[in-house]
Amino acid sequence: MIALLLIFIPICTGIISLFLNGSNAKWIGMIGAIATLTISLIGTYTTDTDLLSFDSNWMPDLGSRITLQLDGMSSMLCLLSAIALPLIFSATWKQTESAQKNYHGLMLLTQAGLMGVFVSMDCLLFYFFWELALIPAYFLCSFAGGEKRIKIIFKFFVYTFLGSLLLLIGILTIYFKSGDHSFAWESLKQVKLSNTEQSFVFWMFFIAFAIKMPIFPFHTWQPDTYEQAPTGVTMLLSGVMVKMGLFAVIRWLLPLTPDASIYFSNAIIIISIVGMIYASLIAIKQDDIKRLIAYSSIAHIGLMCAAIFSHQSSGMQGVMIQLFNHGVNVIGLWIVAYAIEQSTGTRKMSELGGLAKKAPTLAILFVIMALANIAIPLTNAFAGEFLMFNGLFRYNVWIAALAGVSIILAAVYTLWMVQNIFYGEEKPATSLVSDAGLEIKLPLLIIAAVILLFGFYPQPMIDFTADTVTNLFTTVTAKQ
Amino acid sequence: MNSIIVSAACGILMMFGSVWIGNKNYFRFIAATGLLLTWVANWADMNGNGLFQIPASGMFVYTHISYFFNAILIAATLIYVIISGDEVTKQGAYPAEYFSLIFFVMSGVSILMFYNNMLMLFLGIEIMSIPLYILTGADKRNLKSNEASLKYFLMGAFSTGIMLMGIALIYGGTGSFAIDIKRAGSAVPGFYNGTSFLEITGLLFLFASMCFKVSAAPFHFWTPDVYDGAPSVFTSFMATIVKAAGFYAFFRLVEVRMAQTATSVDWKLIISFIIIATLFFGNITAVFQQSVKRMLSYSSIAQAGFMLFSLFAMNDLARQGLMLYAVAYSLSTIGIFAIMTKMKDYSFDGYNGLAKTHPALAATNTIFLLSLAGIPLTAGFLAKYYMLASVIRTGTYTWLVVAAVVFAAISVYYYFRLIQAMYFKNGEPVVAAISPIFKYLLISIAIIIIAIGAFPQLFFNLFYFG
Repeated sequence: MIALLLIFIPICTGIISLFLNGSNAKWIGMIGAIATLTISLIGTYTTDTDLLSFDSNWMPDLGSRITLQLDGMSSMLCLLSAIALPLIFSATWKQTESAQKNYHGLMLLTQAGLMGVFVSMDCLLFYFFWELALIPAYFLCSFAGGEKRIKIIFKFFVYTFLGSLLLLIGILTIYFKSGDHSFAWESLKQVKLSNTEQSFVFWMFFIAFAIKMPIFPFHTWQPDTYEQAPTGVTMLLSGVMVKMGLFAVIRWLLPLTPDASIYFSNAIIIISIVGMIYASLIAIKQDDIKRLIAYSSIAHIGLMCAAIFSHQSSGMQGVMIQLFNHGVNVIGLWIVAYAIEQSTGTRKMSELGGLAKKAPTLAILFVIMALANIAIPLTNAFAGEFLMFNGLFRYNVWIAALAGVSIILAAVYTLWMVQNIFYGEEKPATSLVSDAGLEIKLPLLIIAAVILLFGFYPQPMIDFTADTVTNLFTTVTAKQ
Repeated sequence: MNSIIVSAACGILMMFGSVWIGNKNYFRFIAATGLLLTWVANWADMNGNGLFQIPASGMFVYTHISYFFNAILIAATLIYVIISGDEVTKQGAYPAEYFSLIFFVMSGVSILMFYNNMLMLFLGIEIMSIPLYILTGADKRNLKSNEASLKYFLMGAFSTGIMLMGIALIYGGTGSFAIDIKRAGSAVPGFYNGTSFLEITGLLFLFASMCFKVSAAPFHFWTPDVYDGAPSVFTSFMATIVKAAGFYAFFRLVEVRMAQTATSVDWKLIISFIIIATLFFGNITAVFQQSVKRMLSYSSIAQAGFMLFSLFAMNDLARQGLMLYAVAYSLSTIGIFAIMTKMKDYSFDGYNGLAKTHPALAATNTIFLLSLAGIPLTAGFLAKYYMLASVIRTGTYTWLVVAAVVFAAISVYYYFRLIQAMYFKNGEPVVAAISPIFKYLLISIAIIIIAIGAFPQLFFNLFYFG
């Protein structure tokens, strides 16, 4: 029931909000987002399985049912997308009227799609949500944003659409091999495929997921899209939407094609690591804050992808908590970038400097986000990255060492960014700035609290997802 | 059978109607009533309560799926007449005649649904095509319309010639016009019991002329010119209902006859090449069009490429998928054309800023375009899903599916170009006066598309228990 509500509340409030104007749409949007957050929190605390799952008839001819279920990993990601929206709405509360048009409604619809992806236990339903999350996001990015947005967002759309269609081929291939012709996760995971079939299905799935994550070499849409999209939407895209790809690898790819995913793990880990280092090096050279965060995000996603394919339970555990932590942290970084752009009118670091004197609170909060981005101990990202490195280390020492380089590079570009924006000489663009308003500070404070809280005490998150990891490894080993 | 008679009778009545009835505005209501009658006649026939029982000596075969497909096409025509009827009336001085020609086309369509004999196939194709030649030239003071009509007629006549030649060769080879012949122990002395060279040649001729009718590459060259030159309302009719009927006829032919000769000719290989060529020419050319109408002509070729998958796969999924495709594609295209006839400028730029001035038109148009592009939750997605699934189920030719998917991604480019023009560009579109009824009709079509897309069971229940 909770899983169903998580999809339906955003859809209903989103559609209502689309038909309203101005501040009404804003308030309905906020109410919808907070209601979803409440439901999601209840979902996190309850242990009643009847409450967490939902099952109903849908398309008997096709063998598809509406099967929704919240387990540790999906609860965590639902919570992430439920937290993201109120924070984003708050941070962008004061944006201009033209940027607001349809913004809240479409954001909620995107959220509904994301929730659907996370809770679906039926492959066709999963595919529906996977595609549907994209449509409102496409409109969101094209309505407002940078000048070149229409072309760039369209590239993003066509890219991911092609990926989705390949995914559909993969799904159908495995579906026709299932005994009872059903799309349910439970029956698909029992399908035994030959080696060639597994490799085919694996690549069809993986390309779709890799485009969405994105990892090198499928990442070319990402920096442009993040730069051109309105920052509010970028927060949702990079905070939550890219997690769809990683989530889908864990939920669908590994249980369905376990042999192929072990067979190809070396290749994928290597491209992930190459992508990490490549993206980190590019990030160092960036002048635009949004592009820097975008490339940094590619590097982080690459590490998670590598850790998943290390097939070590500690690495997997790390990924699960890092999915949440990275989402929260990156939203924090985007909010700061947004606040800076709003108050100074520029995103170029060469035109910024000395903001710490003008906006001390923002500076302190930003430094916390920045430290979390480098995964300093006592920030939430540390536990996750530690576990992921642990997994990679057990897989191969050299690969872990190479991946470690990217952490050093992350420190270089992140601290560089802090230094350029907040310290040093004052520039003309920064001379007239005052400290950010409450609507910016409040979400940042919440994020900082999350960072520190789970930095000191990450155990609840690990306990929460431990079952999913154990189940995953039992499924995978049972099939081999 | 009943629907053939009723629609032909309605056509004759409409033709004389212009003598008796002075007010032009009544014609479309009469036409809608006539179509409703045809539909009811077909439905009653399907349930065994037909008005007439005429022995056809095995020329026709009545199956549940034929009746159902016929019902779909008549219903689509009804929707077409309701939504675009006033545009038909505005085309020229002879509205009653246009409607009567549409009825004659429907009579040809019904023959194609039930044919069991190649003579009937030929009759159906001709009865369906000849009124279309006239409708294409309906705008008789317009040079482009004349050109299109002549081109269509000449090319159509040529393909008919090839078809007749093919049928004659098949008769020569087997001694029968029936599409389903008994192979073993043929009674006619001197003829092969299996397949003969004559028969195969004839089938190839027949195959080529059917490809022409459904505008499959490399027989598609007439399509863009004819669709572009014809008055838009009639293009909408030709591109949807007529094409779907042609596909069903083609499907029957391949399912029954080509399958019998599959040991001599690798039809699957031929069809797979035609599919790739059709998808390639349709999609790639559509990308470069500047006019929405021309883009839709090429998109209709591209969609034909997807419908050809049903001929390739030939299983239950393909049959259901073809029905679903006919519905999804016809409804969306009728909707897009209905909106286009209200626009003054058919170029992409003519749609700039439509979302601001006419939000309902832009929103419904978006849903139709998303359905054509095959986005989930629309009927178009399920149609494409069935087509892909039917081929994947056969377990061979996976490369064909992967190629088709790449072309489907390309098709998104030109469909979304229109969405971009409507929503993200600024401009002052010139739109004819829109009545509220027109708007509600568009919204109901959009709702039907989404309803089928979300709950296909509603549609299939009609099929199984209707």
